[in-house]
Amino acid sequence: MKVAVITFPGSNCDYDLYKAAQQVGGDATFMWHRERGLAGYDAVLLPGGFSYGDYLRAGAIARMSPIMADVITFANAGGPVLGICNGFQILCESGLLPGALMHNESMKFQSKDVFLRVERADTLFTADYEAGQILRIPIAHGEGNYEADKETLEALESEGRVVFRYVDSSGEKSEGANPNGSWHDIAGITNESGNVLGMMPHPERAMEELLGSTDGIALFTSLVASLQTS
Amino acid sequence: MSQYRLEVRVKPRPGLLDPQGKAVHHSLNSLGWDGVSDVRVGKAIYIDMDAESADAALEAVGVMCRKLLANPVTEDFEVSLVGEAKDAGS
Amino acid sequence: MTNATAMPVPPREGDPEITAEVVADHGLSPEEYERVQRIMGRDPTFTELGVFSAMWSEHCGYKNSKRLLQLLPTKAPWVIQGPGENAGVIDVGDGFALAFKIESHNHPSAVEPYQGAATGVGGILRDIFTMGARPVAVLDSLRFGDLDSGRVRYLFSGVVSGVGDYGNCVGIPNIGGEVQFDRGYEGNPIVNAMCLGLMKHEELITAAATGGGSPLMAVGARTGRDGIHGATFASEELSEDADESSRPQVQVGDPFTEKLLLEASLELIASGAISGIQDMGAAGITSSASEMAGRGGSGVELEMTDVPVREEGMTPYEILLSESQERMLVVAHPGREDEVREILEKWELEAAVIGQVTDDGKFRILENGKVVADIPALPLTDGCPTYEREGKEAEEITALREMDLSEHMIPEGDLTKTFLLVLGSPNVASKQWIYHQYDTTVRTATTVRPGGDSGVVRIRGTNRAVAATTDCNGRFVYLEPRTGALAAVAEAARNLVCVGALPTAITNNLNFGNPLKAHIYYQLRESVLGMRDACSAFETPVTGGNVSLFNETDGKAIYPTPVIGMVGVIDDVSKITRHAFVNAGDDIVLLGTNTGELGGSEYLYVTADLVAGEPPSVDLEGERALQQAVLKMNHEEVLNSAHDCSEGGLVAALAQCALGDGEAPLGIDVAIDEDLRPVVSLFGESQGRILVSVSPENTDQVLALARRYEVPAQKIGTVTAADGGFSMKVRDASLSASMAELADAYFGAIPSIMDAPEGSGS
Repeated sequence: MKVAVITFPGSNCDYDLYKAAQQVGGDATFMWHRERGLAGYDAVLLPGGFSYGDYLRAGAIARMSPIMADVITFANAGGPVLGICNGFQILCESGLLPGALMHNESMKFQSKDVFLRVERADTLFTADYEAGQILRIPIAHGEGNYEADKETLEALESEGRVVFRYVDSSGEKSEGANPNGSWHDIAGITNESGNVLGMMPHPERAMEELLGSTDGIALFTSLVASLQTS
Repeated sequence: MSQYRLEVRVKPRPGLLDPQGKAVHHSLNSLGWDGVSDVRVGKAIYIDMDAESADAALEAVGVMCRKLLANPVTEDFEVSLVGEAKDAGS
Repeated sequence: MTNATAMPVPPREGDPEITAEVVADHGLSPEEYERVQRIMGRDPTFTELGVFSAMWSEHCGYKNSKRLLQLLPTKAPWVIQGPGENAGVIDVGDGFALAFKIESHNHPSAVEPYQGAATGVGGILRDIFTMGARPVAVLDSLRFGDLDSGRVRYLFSGVVSGVGDYGNCVGIPNIGGEVQFDRGYEGNPIVNAMCLGLMKHEELITAAATGGGSPLMAVGARTGRDGIHGATFASEELSEDADESSRPQVQVGDPFTEKLLLEASLELIASGAISGIQDMGAAGITSSASEMAGRGGSGVELEMTDVPVREEGMTPYEILLSESQERMLVVAHPGREDEVREILEKWELEAAVIGQVTDDGKFRILENGKVVADIPALPLTDGCPTYEREGKEAEEITALREMDLSEHMIPEGDLTKTFLLVLGSPNVASKQWIYHQYDTTVRTATTVRPGGDSGVVRIRGTNRAVAATTDCNGRFVYLEPRTGALAAVAEAARNLVCVGALPTAITNNLNFGNPLKAHIYYQLRESVLGMRDACSAFETPVTGGNVSLFNETDGKAIYPTPVIGMVGVIDDVSKITRHAFVNAGDDIVLLGTNTGELGGSEYLYVTADLVAGEPPSVDLEGERALQQAVLKMNHEEVLNSAHDCSEGGLVAALAQCALGDGEAPLGIDVAIDEDLRPVVSLFGESQGRILVSVSPENTDQVLALARRYEVPAQKIGTVTAADGGFSMKVRDASLSASMAELADAYFGAIPSIMDAPEGSGS
């Protein structure tokens, strides 16, 4: 199972993502954003961080990177692509996912553990979870407020493409559970065909009890398992 | 009283490093626009307000810039009238 | 000093003539200028004067503090690199070394809080990665005036954003720090940033320029006019109109470039293509080049027209003294310049050869091949005059200390109300508003996040971890500097043992007023002496640090604030303890004794607007015994939690243990019966006390261990379910509140001030 972790100038979660993929048995490789060609890879991971300092708009400059043309081809051919935090922002900027991530409602960077409800346990990223399961996962972002036009938002809901939603510890929608003001408490969405997932929370930081949570592991085991069975 | 629309352009002070402009510049060059020799990124702020006269509006917005809209340590600003004056009461 | 004398250099066209006024503007006294003339054997040129001025500023030359700093213990078997390098380095086991240092950015933050704080973080990161270590954690130690001032709120929110945005972007977790709000810091905020970096022993590289003919390369960002004379600026008092006159000096941070520079530097060091690397920090190219030459016992020759610049028409003077951020000076091995360039190019950065190492012991600057400065390098770096001054305590401090506090020993009104007031004081209250703006979990190593006694990061691939804390109660130091400094070191050590870390070494940041004043010099000297005694007693040598003097506005100095950044080592990450209570039914045991002082307490500040009285005394032997006992208990795995008692006293510490991070609060039922007034029992800030919670079956063992180390210990109550509330009996007095009331006071305090609609800007 070969996994490419793309490093953009300013990525800073690439190492964490690499370690997470390795922990579940993935054969992870770093790829610099100027490298080309994803032939032979089974999945592509876009890490968090501040590609190009988040200058202009988060993800706007990174999506111009040479490797992104290959990522788009890979995704359009059905290859699994996971973007976390800045990776999600890059996916939106590149058009692989709809919508955009605006400044947090508080206008402040938010870093803490949040609770997520798994809305879909039938995607290739979430098969090892159960629908309705509550996860504890860290977030760390300044621009995670998901927004899109009305038709897109309606399509996301009606097509069941909202994979994770911010909830409180008991799994309910509540005031203060949503850290950024995202529409319908969206924390993660897929594209229409379900092979591209973008999410703001950091499952790669929830892989060990020592660090506070193991709730991220199933996301990576799901991905690995889906690749081995496909 | 009339209503005025004003545009405030806030930009990094000359000589001060503009990390955002630098990154955009670099990116434009690598996309092939070799002729781009400098990029500075600022912001534009649009204000609609009632005032006695155009001069009064300009002056008020100048004060707003010094107090809040621009950071006098790192940013310069320019204010210009962009909208036609009309009676606020109409 | 070497015998090298300066060659004659004609004045450069367009440079100002050197007059007594120009000399004074450069912060040099007439005697110091004469010393410059002696070293040079002639009058310096304008460029040379600028170089001396920067290198002999307090910031670079430590002229008022060096003799005192020499009193501090700096050696231990585990110290790999002591003071004098970019950062100190200690052995932390399993072949790993820890580089760590603290640095101030007080003056820049007073002028432009966001950029001042951001560039402070940038500078300290570079000090760490130029040692060959990868930065793994940041801490920030901050001081502001009271939050009821709009200007203070502006400074506070700007500094927090600056610290956060920079560290978040580079991707270094913030694991802790401290903040104090007190009118003593009204005009001069204190912004100290500390960084920890890990490396294997063999990856250590130092910043010495050796090998005549080796090329010197400027790496990273281009040089602009920002921050010219920042080092001299940092060594002067601020005047009321500082905001205006200081404008051209503002440095702008670019954390994105820093991240690239970090990766490129570590790759450069690993490549073996370079022999030395140093940040161009305070005093820019001047200090980095001359210090590297000084350490290597060599000379340097630099061509100014080869330095990549951001603006046209920069003079050698400006290029030499620019403090543009995110730049490095690198000594390459001859013939390997292209390798350096290739690595920098991969990271989309520039590298340019700007000169070479020489054997003649000179700091020589050329412009288009013409010499514009020619200075003997060693006297420049090591010949800075150092001063020992007369110190004398200010009479008003003696009076404050001797003030009769007995009227404050009887609380006015309801004790519970007073308690909630103290708990809701920003000094005691939760700092989540701050650290929720900091990425604390990036790099997946943060084992104890901010909010605990110390931050902890594990060392991947081992069972070990390193812990760090920053501490100093400026009020204590203000009231009695030696005791206050002892307390700062003691509190840092207690904070480390609370998580199970062995206190190992310190870095210090001496933030003081103008040392030319006798009462300030007294504070400085006494603080250093206190630090010396405590560091010797705890075997925590000082491996480096920073001195920030002249923190005064219109003649009013800050509280003397010798911040201690202490690091510790944890052998077994599975044994880490945290501060929050974990189980209802656990016993609460207090280790240590209340020695009955109310001086300098938060209680006095909150209820009587007073900073007065004797600060708490420090018993070094007792502290050491306490540290050993807690470490032993940690090792035996009999503690469920451990928390130091500090601001707000015992009752605040109990509340913090009960509330934790707010997610799973527990109640308490505690009774104290000691021969003290209830107010002193509850709110006194006696040193040497740690609160632990213990499963009932382990309580006897904990008490026995305490006896073995001769540490006073008593069970004072039990942890209850949250709905039991917070209930304390103190002799004939009592207080009780629901956990919701506590949570409102504790978690709501800072947000209610900062997030209020009118709470922004000045």
